[in-house]
Amino acid sequence: MGLWETISGRSRPKRANLDALFLVPSAAVTLQTAAGLTPTGDGSVCYRAAAGAGFHEAQSDIVALLGAAADAPRVQTSADSFGFTWLQVHRDPGDPEGVAALCTDLHAVNTTLEAEGFGPGLLCSLIPFADPAGRRVGLVYLYKSGTFYPFAPTGPQQRDNLLELQVRDTLRAELPIEPELSGWLALWGAPGL
Amino acid sequence: MARSRFVGDAGLTVRMTTVMFLLGALFVALVVGIALAVGSSAGPGFGLVIGLVGIGVAVYQWANSDKVAMRAMRAREVTPEQAPELHGMIDRLCALADMPKPRVGVADTSVPNAFATGRSPERSVVCVTTGILGMLSAEELEGVLAHELSHVAHRDVLVMTVASSAGIAAGMLGQGARFGGLGLFGGRRGNNGGLPVWLVVLLVSLAVYAVSFILLRLLSRYRELAADRAGAYLTMRPDALASALKKITGGINQIPQRDLREVSAASALCIAPAVGGVSLSTLTATHPSLEQRLEQLARIQAELSRPTA
Repeated sequence: MGLWETISGRSRPKRANLDALFLVPSAAVTLQTAAGLTPTGDGSVCYRAAAGAGFHEAQSDIVALLGAAADAPRVQTSADSFGFTWLQVHRDPGDPEGVAALCTDLHAVNTTLEAEGFGPGLLCSLIPFADPAGRRVGLVYLYKSGTFYPFAPTGPQQRDNLLELQVRDTLRAELPIEPELSGWLALWGAPGL
Repeated sequence: MARSRFVGDAGLTVRMTTVMFLLGALFVALVVGIALAVGSSAGPGFGLVIGLVGIGVAVYQWANSDKVAMRAMRAREVTPEQAPELHGMIDRLCALADMPKPRVGVADTSVPNAFATGRSPERSVVCVTTGILGMLSAEELEGVLAHELSHVAHRDVLVMTVASSAGIAAGMLGQGARFGGLGLFGGRRGNNGGLPVWLVVLLVSLAVYAVSFILLRLLSRYRELAADRAGAYLTMRPDALASALKKITGGINQIPQRDLREVSAASALCIAPAVGGVSLSTLTATHPSLEQRLEQLARIQAELSRPTA
């Protein structure tokens, strides 16, 4: 915050940074070759639903938009205990173009929300990966700081920090990684993990 | 083109900056006035020294604000393991606002309240009482936390401390003058037949103290309104913050829930007088009235829920 914002006590809502999401497909290839983690075909956007009619309209527009394409993914929304909404997109995990298509879907969600003025309510995007041993790790994109971090829950309140750090080191060259470990938000009960 | 649902409030900004300018001018007036009053007996640098000491005391209060406030409220810091829901809520709000996460405290008292303090966003504390945790729903609590986080982001502790230095300096001078100026400007008369210097100093500092008191309260109310705005935009739920405010202030009698035609003997006492204008209590309140805050939240709610184009 600048001096003027401090004096006037007037912070504008932080805008979301949307474009970094397209870095995910190449990062997915790296994860697969270097760590054996493959995308599960799911993806989700987590946002804060604003009160009122405007938001409901925007959200049903999004679901209609995603469902209109020829290779339409399955779409569902759910609410978590913190009052955030998860819009989940499911695609076939065997599809080689799956991750790229998934990122396009997620981007469509973001841009629609942003265009209607709800960009400040975007919290994060989550793209889960799994390895043959059954370990799961989600690649989380924080819209406000424009950075990624890995999140690997192993229980209701436990996370696999070693796997997370390994994923971070694998992807360091490709993605902007959240430098502060305290900023690696725990998303317990996130869909797809 | 992305549209914005953020409605500015130029009037609030103008009023706030005017008040801050007046407080600054008051401080300068105090320093100059004291320097003139005691100039002959204690040298021209004296007013400047008093001013610097006033700022020094204010800066000390600011630097230790987190510890002092936590101790005064008998609050203890809680870890994510001890209060996972509270931490989870603050984590998400900080990620939404892209700000560093403050420490989290809980005070064991049944009074519903929450406060944020600390010298900078990096070294701040957000504290809630057990009373507010029991009283509010999760959504309402989140609205309150967003309001407190906005205080942190706006650096309100710093702003209010700097703004209060004129009052602190004036208060110190008044105390000194009362006890004969601690030998600095006591005893001697300035001019033959004129007022004694210590009396002039006492009167000047009393006047400055009174004006600074009113201005500070005014500034505090503006900062509260600004924090309400920012908090409502952060959670996108102005209604949750509004219902939290109503619960906390016990504002049952502000908006009648009962049919007022059912007149009972006592109900005449319960209806809030609908008389506008400035009374002593509105001049000295640190927080804006509930009506004012609800009105602002309703405006934000209307903008957020406007149908898509």
